[in-house]
Amino acid sequence: MKLHLTLSILLVFNLWGWSQQCTHVLTGEINDLHDHSPLQGAQIWVVGTTFKATSDAQGKFLIQGLCTTTYELEVSHPECSTQFKTVRISGDRSVQITLEHHIEELEEVLVTAKASKTNSAAEYNLGQESIEKHAGGSLGDALKEINGVSSLNTGGTIVKPIINGLSGSRVLIMNQGVRMQDMEWGEEHAPNVDLNTAGNIALIKGAGALEYGGDAIGGVIITEAKRVVPKDSLFGHILLNGATNGRGGNTSGGLTKSFSNGIYAHIQGSYKYMGDTEAPDYVLSNTGVREGAFSFQLGKQGYKQGFEFYYSYFKTKIAILKSAHIGNTDDLIDAINNAEPNYIAPFTYDIGKPYQDVAHHLVKINYYRRFEGLGKWFIQYDFQRNHRLEFDTRIGDNRDRPSIDLQLDTHTWRTYLQWKTSENFALKTGVNAGYQDNFANPSTGVKRLIPDYNKYDFGFFATSEYYWRPNTTVDAAFRYDFNRIDAKKFYSKSRWDERGYQEDFGDDIIGEFGNRWLVNPVLDFHNFSFSTGLSHTWEDGKSFRFNYTLAQRAPNPSELFSDGLHHSAARIELGDLRMQQETSHKFGLSFAKEQGPFQYELSPFVNLIDNFILLEPTGTQLSLAGAFPVWTYRQTAARLLGIDLSASYDWTGQWQSKHAFSLVKGTDTDKNIPLINIPPVRFNNGIIYQIPQWHGLQLELDSAFVFEQNETPPNIWVFSPDQQQDVELKINDAPGAYHLLGFGARATFPLGKRKITAHLRVDNLLNNSYRDYLNRLRYFADDMGRNTSLLIRYNF
Amino acid sequence: MKTSIFRKGLTIAAVALLFQACSSDDNAPGDVHDEELITTITVTLTNGGNTITLVSRDLDGPEGPNDPEIDISGPLATNTTYNGAITLLNEAENPAENITEEIEEEDEAHQFFFSTSGSVTGTGYSDQDGNGNPVGLSFTLETGAAGNGTFGLVLRHEPKKPNDGTLADAGGATDIDQTFNVAVQ
Repeated sequence: MKLHLTLSILLVFNLWGWSQQCTHVLTGEINDLHDHSPLQGAQIWVVGTTFKATSDAQGKFLIQGLCTTTYELEVSHPECSTQFKTVRISGDRSVQITLEHHIEELEEVLVTAKASKTNSAAEYNLGQESIEKHAGGSLGDALKEINGVSSLNTGGTIVKPIINGLSGSRVLIMNQGVRMQDMEWGEEHAPNVDLNTAGNIALIKGAGALEYGGDAIGGVIITEAKRVVPKDSLFGHILLNGATNGRGGNTSGGLTKSFSNGIYAHIQGSYKYMGDTEAPDYVLSNTGVREGAFSFQLGKQGYKQGFEFYYSYFKTKIAILKSAHIGNTDDLIDAINNAEPNYIAPFTYDIGKPYQDVAHHLVKINYYRRFEGLGKWFIQYDFQRNHRLEFDTRIGDNRDRPSIDLQLDTHTWRTYLQWKTSENFALKTGVNAGYQDNFANPSTGVKRLIPDYNKYDFGFFATSEYYWRPNTTVDAAFRYDFNRIDAKKFYSKSRWDERGYQEDFGDDIIGEFGNRWLVNPVLDFHNFSFSTGLSHTWEDGKSFRFNYTLAQRAPNPSELFSDGLHHSAARIELGDLRMQQETSHKFGLSFAKEQGPFQYELSPFVNLIDNFILLEPTGTQLSLAGAFPVWTYRQTAARLLGIDLSASYDWTGQWQSKHAFSLVKGTDTDKNIPLINIPPVRFNNGIIYQIPQWHGLQLELDSAFVFEQNETPPNIWVFSPDQQQDVELKINDAPGAYHLLGFGARATFPLGKRKITAHLRVDNLLNNSYRDYLNRLRYFADDMGRNTSLLIRYNF
Repeated sequence: MKTSIFRKGLTIAAVALLFQACSSDDNAPGDVHDEELITTITVTLTNGGNTITLVSRDLDGPEGPNDPEIDISGPLATNTTYNGAITLLNEAENPAENITEEIEEEDEAHQFFFSTSGSVTGTGYSDQDGNGNPVGLSFTLETGAAGNGTFGLVLRHEPKKPNDGTLADAGGATDIDQTFNVAVQ
């Protein structure tokens, strides 16, 4: 809904005359958002009246006889999403309206709602083409198309997005209007989102989108289904993708039925089957994937009111590189010193241990209604169940029992009111409440890493935008969140004493079990967030944005409660009950030009974070199984500085080039050392060659140069039982720089009245061996070698 | 119709709230028994009537902050061949659980690797799995001249079998890695 408000930046304001008579004339022009060509045949209806008009070949329309009042215009076009626009009439005036016109999808009545979510925050969109390019990958892979976004990987298949250097709980994912609660706290927990359900993905760097949450210090990712135009229609698509690396593929299909009265139904399903992936020199044994997803949607959309019911199920089984399963520090030292993984077997489709088996259910129901003189009211309830099993190599009767069995149930209620205000002021206020229950099944026979807990959330927000003057908009938003975590956790008495918890939490002990305490800590957090900014657009497409956001994030269960051996990582992770919330001050600037042959964006940022929580190697813990690396959560003051630069140039209409450079520097300002896991500098370049008349053929050659991360925290010295002496554990050293080439070819062929799109892609064209600093398995094996994939999409 | 949709939505939300309110459990979480925990390694070395035990005990497990406690019953005799046996226990359970039996059941997926230095001069395997490969629950240990020495043992889970006797070749995951400093006199 912010779309029509944002669009009014483009309004051409006339001098307002004063008249009581209904003789005013409204003229307008309707253009395509992408190429600014006039749109013919758009219907313009003055809501609640009999005034109607249709745009002519120049995209122009005229409505006469309007009174001095505020009208709502409904603008629809068969190939575009319907828009509503508020127009204040006090004399003759003209308006410009841009609709998003999808040339590739002429047969479909689905369109992408590419509305901007914020005014001044750095915001980017991935459309169908970019999503399709990564159809065989994951959400995290697709998001790397956006400059400044990288990923924290566990192998090639578990991909967590990093935005401006921050990931995990600092990145909020709104999937189909629901905030994902899928145990995002774990470094090896990928988002449980099927990329193929998304029609559009918006990404906002920083916490500026306070409507969705105040704790997204890294950023917000919003996936949306395509919107359905109210029109009698039945259509669908089938997608097939095959890949050589992994020798598998995936398929996805969807079917939509829509009616002119606004009712629509949509079903969608996806399945992926991949075997072991391969590095240039060897098979990455046990890296196969199975993934299935299903979703169903039923709704009615109207101007006055509408509702939607949505259910989705996502299930994935991901094998973890077998050689990454290590026993102790000496194994890790060996792995770091050896060039090849210690376990290489012939290619197989089988998934052996260790592996993850995760299921995610999501149900939502929402309703909206417009109240005359008040605005649009929206209410939603959603439920999510995330069930995570992690299987490890175990012996005896435990062979087939999971080592981790966590079930996370989340209920959320949210409501907002988008106030009907004056034409140049927008206001939205909302409230949300949530309840979460984590159950760690004791039948695993392994000490819980994350305890049982109940979490209660309550929040409210107000966001506003003010069109200060033509082409200049200022915004301000405020949010408050309350979080309570009520946990029940066993602590070994020796750990309890070592951490010094008795003094602070002694009263929370509720039971004694041999050498363990059962403890019931109840932790409350009050978080305040605030965001403000300004955007200005010039006629020639240049724009300027400034945004400041204050955001607070409560520590997640992993940061608070981790206490024990993380079997899949062979490391002891220690959280701290005394963790305070993080407070981030982020300043972002952006200068951009988004029209014409030469387009660019330059966006520097500064993010100052108090009580920044990081997890770093701190030493070793001796045991009968040797020494384990100990990773400890710690709070410090952090400073992230960075700049994202991108540019594209259209040389001849057929030849285009694109360039992107991204730099982040992270410093622990308390200790004056580099922060761990900060993405290295990336420099991407691409050449695109197009022959539109030849089935829209598009050829693309892209290059990614990733520099060595030369700012890493110091290594640690540990006692090696094998060597009976202290040795340097090179756990923080970064691998060297690498360069990858990619090639893509895309064309669309008619098939009767339908069309088929084919997309050939070759990644790591030169089959280079490399390791990435932000891949947690970099100690054990090289990254994936060349992968050739062919995607075919049939729309019907 | 319009209000009924609205009412239904509210009812679902209210029912869900109610359901939650009722189901919020105050039960204590179930206790977890770590069935694979090994707290105690006992190496029994015998030669005739002479028995020496080497014990390493880590009662708070690998995750507890306390280091293992090592207890060696006495010095080894010079120039002697001992018959060795390894017992693994989980003493966090009551009664203590014998892990040795589980390894015997899955001996094809396990192997001990021994290392020696100083006055401890050599080891040899005394047992085999079903495929004729060594396991190491029974072994021999030889001592040389008087002095100090070390005896180290590593238990690998799912090693390559057969292997060339080195840890690097065997691969697999380490379940036990312990070194005893012993006196030979």
